[in-house]
Amino acid sequence: MTRRSSKRRVRLVELAHARSGDKGDTANIGLIARKPEYYPLLVNQVTVARVARHFKDMITGHVERFELPNLHALNFLLHGALDGGGTISLKTDAQGKVFSTALLRLVVELPR
Amino acid sequence: MTPARGPRAVRIAAGQGFWGDWLEAPYRQVTGGPVDYLMMDYLAEVTMSILQKQKSRDPSLGYAKDFVSSMERILPIVAERGIKVTANAGGVNPRACAQAVADVARRLKLGGKLRIGVVTGDDLLGRLDGLLARGHELRNLDTGRPLSDVRDRVLAANAYLGARPIVEALRQGADVVITGRVTDTGLTLAPMIHAFDWPPDAWDLLAAGTVAGHTIECGAQCSGGNCLVDWERIPDLANVGYPIVEARADGTFEISKHPGTGGRISVAGVTEQLVYEMGDPAAYITPDCIADFTTIRLEQAGKDRVRVSGVRGKSATDKLKVSVAYFYGYKAVGTLVYSWPDAYAKARAADRVLRRRLESLRLRFEAIHTELVGADATHGRLALEDLAVEGLPEVQLRVGVRSPDRAAVERFTREIAPLILNGPPSVTGFAGGRPKPEEIVAYWPALLDKTMVEPCVEIVEA
Repeated sequence: MTRRSSKRRVRLVELAHARSGDKGDTANIGLIARKPEYYPLLVNQVTVARVARHFKDMITGHVERFELPNLHALNFLLHGALDGGGTISLKTDAQGKVFSTALLRLVVELPR
Repeated sequence: MTPARGPRAVRIAAGQGFWGDWLEAPYRQVTGGPVDYLMMDYLAEVTMSILQKQKSRDPSLGYAKDFVSSMERILPIVAERGIKVTANAGGVNPRACAQAVADVARRLKLGGKLRIGVVTGDDLLGRLDGLLARGHELRNLDTGRPLSDVRDRVLAANAYLGARPIVEALRQGADVVITGRVTDTGLTLAPMIHAFDWPPDAWDLLAAGTVAGHTIECGAQCSGGNCLVDWERIPDLANVGYPIVEARADGTFEISKHPGTGGRISVAGVTEQLVYEMGDPAAYITPDCIADFTTIRLEQAGKDRVRVSGVRGKSATDKLKVSVAYFYGYKAVGTLVYSWPDAYAKARAADRVLRRRLESLRLRFEAIHTELVGADATHGRLALEDLAVEGLPEVQLRVGVRSPDRAAVERFTREIAPLILNGPPSVTGFAGGRPKPEEIVAYWPALLDKTMVEPCVEIVEA
């Protein structure tokens, strides 16, 4: 980033909040804009491809995304995220409860 | 408190979001202000197998005993105020659970004053071979494998029933309805169908009731608990108020909580709960309907009050979800804590030593999983991108193994403690002793034709 850039790079946590849970070996992350005007930015920048790249070392399957414009929210499904899920998993976060906050580390670009 | 406008709203209070939730919540919900129903959700995906195990040891067990203790405390109040209770506390033995509650009622001199509805028909364990023989393969929804692959290891099998049998029990005058495996949302939807006489094909209304159920099924998780937005300023979580749905006949409802309680009911907090454990938001499938979460409208209708409207639904499918629990194998997790200086590097080194030893013992594991708690346990490499690991005051090494072979897991548990004296230095935190191998009971989701399951409703007089 240069000082002349017209964009500001921020972590998603400044623009959105999130909650996650599990269904079997899949973690879901509901990502919610902190203000309605941030929602289009989430739609444009927090894409399936970017989220898959972000989590590439943490999941073995693919990523799906669903839009909830009524709630200014996106829902992501991260398949193969939980080492088998539920009781099988050896992970501390066997139920994917804090995958939500891992997504909030993602860096996005905000117009100045 | 502002009452909902129009004809009288029906108030459904969440008293328990899972088995193990706050014991004070049911009592506070029935004493903190006016409510019509108390809804208590006890069953998680693997709970049924634990209960099935208890029942196999003692045929009078197999239900959530916490529920009976809760009822002992609140029965005099709910009887006096005419509050009705819906709970899936019956587990794999709803009749025994009802009997236990009836005994409590008699001890409290409420005999003759309490009708208990019992919903059964969800338990498929005894019918599995017949179903498989008739061509119902119960294929795993995630892997596509037929249930016959693990048939000899099945410990429990239950269909998820919907709201209808609970409605039937309420129609027959039940004050307390105890069920086996019904959907979490059905426990909230049923009182609405009963109170407003919603027809079976009123899909938008049934979807609205389902959204209401999803909102409060995790208890305080929609009233300020586990809420990320503004979490430092959510008031008085020590005294958190559990949520209440104030439902109206037109399918709109408000989420509120008792006055004077802590926590917060906000649009942001309710939204967090709506997206929790969500799949395709346009198709939230239950036995009662398909709810479209992309139609939900939320507005802050006052302090600690969120109004929900606009919910649309579609017709239910002809399938029921079935949850099968089966024996999978064994696992164990061992931990040690390493301190500064170089805590992170020492923990990593200890992990390498441990793995070399497991390898040379030629133990067969399906998986070995290492986490360094305090560094990368929950966010993996994402956390290490901007963390100066050299300065960490301590790191917990946490290693887990999984295997079909119990002996291999058992041997692993004996390889942790030796590291204290024969591995990297500055290690502590082993006071808990040797880890114990655990049996893994895994979850197998499947679908079954609705026509194969017949819910049954009985009334027990206390």
